[in-house]
Amino acid sequence: MSEDWLDRLHRWAPYALTPIIMLIALPVMGVGPWLTLTVAGLSMGILLFLVASGLTLIFGLMDVLNFAHAAFVTVGAYVALTVLGPLAGWTAELSLTLNLVALLVALLAAAAASGILGFGFERVIIRQVYGAPLRQILITIGALTVIEQLVIVLWGPQAVPLPKPASLRGSVLIGASAIETYRLFALCVGLVVAVAMQLFLTRTRLGLVVRAGVENHEMIQSLGYNIRRVFVGVFMAGTALAGMGGMMWAQYQAVVSSQTGDSMTILVFIILIIGGLGSVSGCFIGAILVGLTNNYVGFLAPKLALGSNILLMALILLWQPRGLLPISED
Amino acid sequence: MIGDGDALLRLDGVHTDIGRYRILHGVDFAVRRGRVTMFLGRNGAGKTTTLRTIMGLWRARKGRIIFDGQSIAAMETPRIARLGIAYVPENMGIFGKLTVRENMLLATAPRGFVEQQLDRVLESFPALKLKWETAAGALSGGQKQMLAIARAIIEQRRLLLIDEPTKGLSPAMVDQLIEVFLRLKSEQTTILLVEQSFPVAEAVGDDVAVMDQGYIIHAGGMAALAADEALQHRLLGLSIAGAI
Amino acid sequence: MVSDKATKRTPSWLSWLVSDDPPGGTVLNVIMVTVLIVFALAPFLFHGVKALGVSSRICIFIILVASYDLMLGYTGIVSFAHTMFFGIGAYGVAIALTKGWVGWGAVILGTAAGAAVSLALATIIGILSLRLRTVFFSMTTLAMASFAQIVAEQWRSLTGGEDGLTFPVPAILKPGFRLLPDPVLGLTINGPVITYYLTFVAALVLFLITLRVVNSPLGLVLRAIRDNEFRVEAMGYQVVAYRTLVCALSAVMASLAGALMALLLGYNGPDVTLSFSLMIDILLMVVIGGMASLYGAVVGAIVVVLAQYYLQNALSMISSEFTGMPLMSGLFHPDRWLLWLGILFVLIVSFLPQGIVGRLRRRR
Repeated sequence: MSEDWLDRLHRWAPYALTPIIMLIALPVMGVGPWLTLTVAGLSMGILLFLVASGLTLIFGLMDVLNFAHAAFVTVGAYVALTVLGPLAGWTAELSLTLNLVALLVALLAAAAASGILGFGFERVIIRQVYGAPLRQILITIGALTVIEQLVIVLWGPQAVPLPKPASLRGSVLIGASAIETYRLFALCVGLVVAVAMQLFLTRTRLGLVVRAGVENHEMIQSLGYNIRRVFVGVFMAGTALAGMGGMMWAQYQAVVSSQTGDSMTILVFIILIIGGLGSVSGCFIGAILVGLTNNYVGFLAPKLALGSNILLMALILLWQPRGLLPISED
Repeated sequence: MIGDGDALLRLDGVHTDIGRYRILHGVDFAVRRGRVTMFLGRNGAGKTTTLRTIMGLWRARKGRIIFDGQSIAAMETPRIARLGIAYVPENMGIFGKLTVRENMLLATAPRGFVEQQLDRVLESFPALKLKWETAAGALSGGQKQMLAIARAIIEQRRLLLIDEPTKGLSPAMVDQLIEVFLRLKSEQTTILLVEQSFPVAEAVGDDVAVMDQGYIIHAGGMAALAADEALQHRLLGLSIAGAI
Repeated sequence: MVSDKATKRTPSWLSWLVSDDPPGGTVLNVIMVTVLIVFALAPFLFHGVKALGVSSRICIFIILVASYDLMLGYTGIVSFAHTMFFGIGAYGVAIALTKGWVGWGAVILGTAAGAAVSLALATIIGILSLRLRTVFFSMTTLAMASFAQIVAEQWRSLTGGEDGLTFPVPAILKPGFRLLPDPVLGLTINGPVITYYLTFVAALVLFLITLRVVNSPLGLVLRAIRDNEFRVEAMGYQVVAYRTLVCALSAVMASLAGALMALLLGYNGPDVTLSFSLMIDILLMVVIGGMASLYGAVVGAIVVVLAQYYLQNALSMISSEFTGMPLMSGLFHPDRWLLWLGILFVLIVSFLPQGIVGRLRRRR
């Protein structure tokens, strides 16, 4: 089947969006601010990707939309806070190595806690509501409220500071741009995780099973794979990723509260819609777009910043009502 | 009637409902070991429902399904597949976003591809070799069908359930498929094959079961049915007999 | 369908009023009649500004929840934009009364403007439901509501931003106003009392109208759409048109509820009418009361609003038993009322999906 140039353009357009926006922004704001904002946008985008990718995979694989996803973000942030408490000695040192080790421990703890909570959540809450979209929405919203309240019971209602480690505060100067060091850290961690995810999905048998399952659930079972067990694994991985994202999001803002996860929710949903529910690559593009838009608009037209992503979503929906890279339906 | 020892698969009084509608009514038939059983009938007769019920994708309301002496009516689909039953659905079930290679890989045992095995399959379906790294969604209808069947036979299976493989295929491809089925037959593979085309059924089938409106209305040898045109017309109606 | 026994016992004018859709079952009938009487006489029964405020709030929420159930329970539409319409109605009145216009003329103008804007937006949402699949649709409505909240917070000149708008209510609703110089049955008929009766009458009227809608041929089509959309489409109905109609009706009602809320408080801000926690409250009420049941909306609104106000007292009593045990006293801290309502909510969705009224009305 030959494609004419219009089809090919259409196919590559979603991937071109990000570079196009980056290129347009460059002359508008000048190299100095552009570099700062682009790194900021990419770093924000990749954190959002960590949180959103789990949600989109869960939906793609088993048609479950977990409105309680924000809870795992919040729990991850709080667990990291708790773990970093005793490690304050290491984070106060101006040693990059010590700081990174401490952060790594906290990241793993956040991921583990959210992952284990996810395991319990799937068993108790999600399992009841497979195939019932209305009940899913209701029960997960209820569960979100309960978990957030429990977090307050355990850690108190006040927002708690979560300072960055000594060597990651402030900015580095590259040419005329001041780039926040923590943003670079988050960007690196995010990229490592994203690459690992991509390798898992494309190079391992299990990853293959997940990708096939997202496309056609019945057929993968007919080939002998127990998709239910795979799903539990994916659910846990998704919540673990949310926990990691939560820690870095909170630490960047230097504060943890029961609303930490909620502040991300609307952006995560926007990303899912932009990317196409169930599509990891769509999610990636969507996340980067949202991150960049937020930072670029925040600089150029601060009043519009908050609403800009919703406008972006509306525009993309007008062009592609099912998202940029939708999973084909059978 | 087919003796128990001969039957690899036996359905006994199987009723299946979809929502509030009863689709299958007391389905009774058997599939002989090492033989090709043709499953014929008009559109909407319930043949696909029967295959899906065997495969566990839909639960039988009543009745027994016995596979090689084991009751599988209440089993989960992955377990049924692991017993050695392969299913090629009407819409082929190809994973469009995965490459041809990845589609095939999913059908192999955990050890992955074995050279001999792979060569054997690609020999029957040379077109797949050319499209090995192409996304399966970009294949033509006929090529997708080839992929679906190749996927079902790359590992040794005890039973193949195939739903309307020749639908929409060019005559050349139909011939190719017939050759593959005859090859499988010579290797003593048991196949339950749903077909609309009587000539294909005639060429390949040993036994035949005919379904209409969820009831089995005939079961017996293929040769006998092929020889009896009056019976053919009565069971299948003029629309099928003589159609390609 | 109504049983023969019921038609024999109910006078025909009453049947007409409740559109042949009585609560059903003795227990429920008794509860509903009691509720009606209590609310009709609320100012006489409960003295104090707080009680009157709570009662007014319940009436407003009954309108809000009944209109939401029209979409959710009867048509199967999951929208998170309901608070947006509530807010628009409230801002309509608030802005009209802030811009210098006073009195009932301004109130009517503001209410009408709010309703018109809500109608327009609801129509867009209804049409959107054509292009977007269920989950997608719900998420988009969430984004819309979020956008509305952002606009309200940012557009200071129009909406007062995060601080909101404070404005003078019409004279007869003011606390100082006296309808009759002497108290009637021990109650001084002042502004707040009149405000209360305004909300009560509005709630009653709108409730009965909604009851009529769900029991009309339109209501049947809506339920069919909820149960099997494809069938309905195949039968020749334009599902999109019906969904748009329901969204529009529901939005206008929510908008009216918003107008009442503004009059009740003399103030409106994004936190009062546009917050997501309010959306959660609405969901709590619909589920606890029972979906696809307008009487459920009444029960749900009463239970949740009362819980919000009085659960806190109950919790502080329990909490005082646990002084010295931080975890336990934390669990029962009065500020954690939402935890317990949330647990109730999850339990009900899990085990009692038909809600309280659904359970009592089992035949339906």
